[in-house]
Amino acid sequence: MAEFKEISPNAPLGAKLHNWFDNRFPTLFAEYRKHMSEYYAPKNFNFWYFFGSLAMLVLAIQIVTGIFLVMHYKPDAAKAFESVEYIMRDVPGGWFIRYMHSTGASAFFVVVYLHMFRGLMYGSYRKPRELVWIFGCAIFLALMAEAFMGYLLPWGQMSYWGAQVIVNLFSAIPFIGPDLALLIRGDYVVGDATLNRFFSFHVIAVPLVLIGLVVAHLLALHDVGSNNPDGIEIKKGPKGNRWSPDAPADGIPFHPYYSVHDIVGVSVFLMAFFAVVFFAPEMGGYFLEYNNFIPADPLVTPAHIAPVWYFTPFYSMLRATTDLMVNVLCVIIALAVVLGFVKCRCATAFKIGAAVAGLVAIALLKTFDAKFWGVVVMGGAVIILFFLPWLDRSPARSIRYRPDWHKWVYAVFVIWFLILMVLGIMVPGPIFGTPSLAWLTNELVAMVGTLFYFGFFLLMPWWSQLGTPKPVPDRVTFKPH
Amino acid sequence: MNLWKKLLFGMALALQLAGAQASGGGMAWDKAPGKTNDLASLQNGAKIFVNYCLNCHSAAFMRYNRLKDIGLTEAQIKDNLLFTGDKVGDMMKAAIDPIQAKAWFGANPPDLTVIARSRAGAGGTGGDYIYTLFRSYYRDGGTPTGWNNLVFPNIGMPHPLWELQGERRPVFDTREEHGQQVKVFTGKWEQVTPGTVSEQEYNTMVGDLVNYLTWMGEPAQNQRVAIGVWVMLFLLLFTFIAWRLNAAYWKDVT
Repeated sequence: MAEFKEISPNAPLGAKLHNWFDNRFPTLFAEYRKHMSEYYAPKNFNFWYFFGSLAMLVLAIQIVTGIFLVMHYKPDAAKAFESVEYIMRDVPGGWFIRYMHSTGASAFFVVVYLHMFRGLMYGSYRKPRELVWIFGCAIFLALMAEAFMGYLLPWGQMSYWGAQVIVNLFSAIPFIGPDLALLIRGDYVVGDATLNRFFSFHVIAVPLVLIGLVVAHLLALHDVGSNNPDGIEIKKGPKGNRWSPDAPADGIPFHPYYSVHDIVGVSVFLMAFFAVVFFAPEMGGYFLEYNNFIPADPLVTPAHIAPVWYFTPFYSMLRATTDLMVNVLCVIIALAVVLGFVKCRCATAFKIGAAVAGLVAIALLKTFDAKFWGVVVMGGAVIILFFLPWLDRSPARSIRYRPDWHKWVYAVFVIWFLILMVLGIMVPGPIFGTPSLAWLTNELVAMVGTLFYFGFFLLMPWWSQLGTPKPVPDRVTFKPH
Repeated sequence: MNLWKKLLFGMALALQLAGAQASGGGMAWDKAPGKTNDLASLQNGAKIFVNYCLNCHSAAFMRYNRLKDIGLTEAQIKDNLLFTGDKVGDMMKAAIDPIQAKAWFGANPPDLTVIARSRAGAGGTGGDYIYTLFRSYYRDGGTPTGWNNLVFPNIGMPHPLWELQGERRPVFDTREEHGQQVKVFTGKWEQVTPGTVSEQEYNTMVGDLVNYLTWMGEPAQNQRVAIGVWVMLFLLLFTFIAWRLNAAYWKDVT
């Protein structure tokens, strides 16, 4: 234990209080300094750096509004829909709490997608920040589970049939699938047992995991220090700023500089957030789906079942994985093996090994149902993000100093992601009504998008090294305000 | 930044396309008056609702005394509207027996509390849909009830307001599309038998009913918008303060 510090009885009250606590709970001040007042963040953060703190804000909104919703919500198949309407009508301010929670779900994904894209642009996952990125990907995965299970709770038609479709996907897994789906549902169809376990996961299990991961994400970040739009390691630069002689010269204390900065972001974000809450809580049917105002009916399947917008990029990858897609994948694997034989300067044993692996992969692809591979593709699209730190081999960390055409690769990637999002909202089948364009189906376009998505990541070790990077400056680019 | 703007614009366009496709076919919906803050219209709508709808349809999440929000007193509700309950705090339950309803109409008449919210789509608001529905009934000898509807083909519900509107017949036109003769609705109607009210009065009544249904779907909606304006004004002011505060802190960072 640290030395017990005495303080003059004539000292001001604030100093006395500080001393009293510092003698009994020094961790409080040490952690405050470590994470706030003496955490030196690069001073050149731009617009894209708002979304981390905004994600924390939305998490807080979701937890607080969630606590109040649980006070009135009834996780019972016979009462759930009714209790949501009870919250909307009879609970004072209930509609406000509920709309904040439903808007918060979508807002969470908006800020998290933008936050992830920031990491992608500036190489925030590169050494030594691999774990920061991995914790972040785990947060994204937990968030998807949280959103999916929360969506069942209002017990509307979309809640019910969305859960039915997604849980059924698990039954496509060979051997264990049907039992696994049964275990998730707790019944042979989505029912009261499903609602109860999803409620339990949604309000206790997953939030605990989420909070733990957020803490790990932040602790790991504060250990290695924040990246910045220039992708320069400020800890490797000159030392000494006006707050500390040992701190990085390009660093600035997080508090108060970035705390006041983030308040501006929070305020602007809240304007958008509350504009939705107060003026368009359904957001044209994208945040609250119209069909979900019909109570769940296991006997009536809606004509068009689509997940909420934030899942649709992955959902359309699932739908794109038809028999055609499986055949295309077989051809791609075969071509890769042939190319390896011809071009690769490696041992013959390695080449033969690769060829055998390729053959096994093709055999597996053709053995199992395309539906199963769809689930693999959908899951793989999220899992592949975890490997990004080792896929990117670009000499320059930030997009700013990569070859210009890299920007176009990223732009096309974003465009494909958005196209997949829109395709997932639309009904499958021909996109246009014109008979001559009937061949142009949703699934076909989604297939191209899916191949681009995976190509972007899997070929990254190759393409990210191509081209000539621009010279990276020694110090961060900063324009005084 | 320009690239982002283009992307956002493209996204909005694509979402519109997605929405238009999701609605798929069917006739275009008329625009309902959509006045959920017109108290006289809402009160008239509530009267029509209780008299014509509540016999078969419930509004089981709506309490009678919530009608105080549209300017009615508890005594007025009790004397004029409370047919299916005993207390003003009761829910608006239907008078019909659900088992009989199923036998008569083939399906249980759906609850109407949030019907206006659930029927929204790319064609318009749920109010627009219901407004169109009540103006698209026609006589059809081929259906069990003798009624059919242009916007909801083979609807189970016979025209509940037929005495008011009278019987009508839609006027079709034959047109050639993709080499086939198709019947296209011209948007015109022929009055077969007269109703007890004029067409204009009927439209106003249906408009009132739709206003009421829309309001009932979310009784807090007008209050929501009213509060929202103040929240926006506060946030505007707060953003200004936060912006200046930030500038004050950062002004000597070089």
